[in-house]
Amino acid sequence: MDFLITIVEQGLIYGILALGVYITYRILDFPDLTVDGSFPLGAAVTAALITRGVNPYLTLLISFAAGVLAGICTGLIHVKFKVRDLLSGIIMMTALYTVNLVVAGTNNVPLFSQETIFNNSMLTGIFGEEIPGVVTILVILVVALICKLLLDFYMNTKSGYLLRAVGDNENLVTSLAKDKGNVKILGLAISNGLVALGGCVFCQEEKVFDISVGTGSMVIGLASVIIGVSLFRKLTFVKATTAVFVGAIIYKACVAAAIRFFEPQAMKLITAVLFLVILVISMERKQKKKLQLQEAGKGEHHA
Amino acid sequence: MLELQHIAKYYNPGTVNEMCLFQDFNLTVKDGQFVSVVGSNGSGKTSLLNLICGSIDLDAGSIVMDGKDITGEKEYRRLRRIGRVYQNPAMGTCPNMTILENMAMADNKGKFFGLGRGTDKSRIDHYREMLRQLNLGLEDKLQVKVGSLSGGQRQAMSLLMSTMTPIDFLILDEHTAALDPKTAERIMELTDEIVREKKLTTIMVTHNLRYAVEYGDRLLMLHQGRAVMDLEGEEKKNLKVEQILDQFNAISIECGN
Repeated sequence: MDFLITIVEQGLIYGILALGVYITYRILDFPDLTVDGSFPLGAAVTAALITRGVNPYLTLLISFAAGVLAGICTGLIHVKFKVRDLLSGIIMMTALYTVNLVVAGTNNVPLFSQETIFNNSMLTGIFGEEIPGVVTILVILVVALICKLLLDFYMNTKSGYLLRAVGDNENLVTSLAKDKGNVKILGLAISNGLVALGGCVFCQEEKVFDISVGTGSMVIGLASVIIGVSLFRKLTFVKATTAVFVGAIIYKACVAAAIRFFEPQAMKLITAVLFLVILVISMERKQKKKLQLQEAGKGEHHA
Repeated sequence: MLELQHIAKYYNPGTVNEMCLFQDFNLTVKDGQFVSVVGSNGSGKTSLLNLICGSIDLDAGSIVMDGKDITGEKEYRRLRRIGRVYQNPAMGTCPNMTILENMAMADNKGKFFGLGRGTDKSRIDHYREMLRQLNLGLEDKLQVKVGSLSGGQRQAMSLLMSTMTPIDFLILDEHTAALDPKTAERIMELTDEIVREKKLTTIMVTHNLRYAVEYGDRLLMLHQGRAVMDLEGEEKKNLKVEQILDQFNAISIECGN
């Protein structure tokens, strides 16, 4: 049971990251590798603030802001200097490694004795000295839900329309007399803000900041998005923002199941191989669907 | 009024493939004029539109819009006052967004795209009325994604969307070329209605000589970056397709087409 709860907890946390990846990968059509740097950026900022006694709930907002800044940098590199999307992300990801080290002070910051969003005087005030384990998952759920609802709301605003339009047909954004570059920067900012927020929650749940936490977060985010979106493609009443969370939980479960049979070092390899499998399966599904459509078309002709 | 003064445009400058498209090209389009532009491939029709809209930079000369020099202005800024419809129906709409969402976006052109509700519910009836005038049944499909519409339907929407807000200029880039003859005819009639109704200064590039003769009050034939024919007023009114066809053949033979 604990095993399952951990999976759901981590799935939900990575779901916040996946929401960010969803914006760049699905909406903007921008493969943004900044994620590998902005996820630990959120964690580093959180570790630095918490060890200095800042209110843990405030770290959520500050991490988000830090991620927004990282996203803006990637956007500026891409839009203003006309560097290719993939390269812009790689540049920022590399730069952020150092930034993260500087922010956190060292490559490993334990937070065991510190107040976190899961364990603080406010919560002990409500639940007594022994905070029940279920509180952790509840806190994560609340944070995840707020992110999802805010993003849903945003996507239906005028600004959100423009963001969707820029990934769909950026030419139309120009026709609407808007600078498509600025819209892309905005999208990258929101995306990396969410990713960093994910890093913030992750680091508090693990009670430790580690510089290596970011490696592979892009893959986790992508895998979650692809699983979620292709799983719920037919069910239009399930919003993509919900599907992404389900995808993240499924992905975490797959990794957790696989890791039981292998050494812990194999973690990243399993992550990568699983991602490949998911990619191939989702592509096959697409092809099958295409074939079915073609055959249906032929049928109509014969009739 | 739109003035192009001493325009020069080179492609691949400084290489063996250097090609001079425009050299000292001048054009003045009066307010409310509807100009049809014809010419063979590579004659500079689309480049002309791109230069006006700022999609490509010019090498010399200036573009003046209502007395204001806009030569250095960015494309998206110029398009505040310009509506543009492209040859490809996919260019003017967002395929993964619904008809309603597309209309709502177009309706907000020139205004701030902030955190207000994307679709103003009180405007829906207005959108529906506009779509009804197209006679394509789109008014009942507001929640349908534009990507599932046919090319003709999408082009009709593009036209509607690009002329929805107050603009002064309309740029049509072979906007009926990708459509079947019947749909093309309908789009062309619709274009004429909108241009007359909103008194838009219009430049239409077309390969259809009949449209060029039937519609608009000025005809321009481009050849190798020069206007080899420029008719307006009575001359344009009495023009027959055969006349421009002869001229067209003459320049085509010259090029070896």
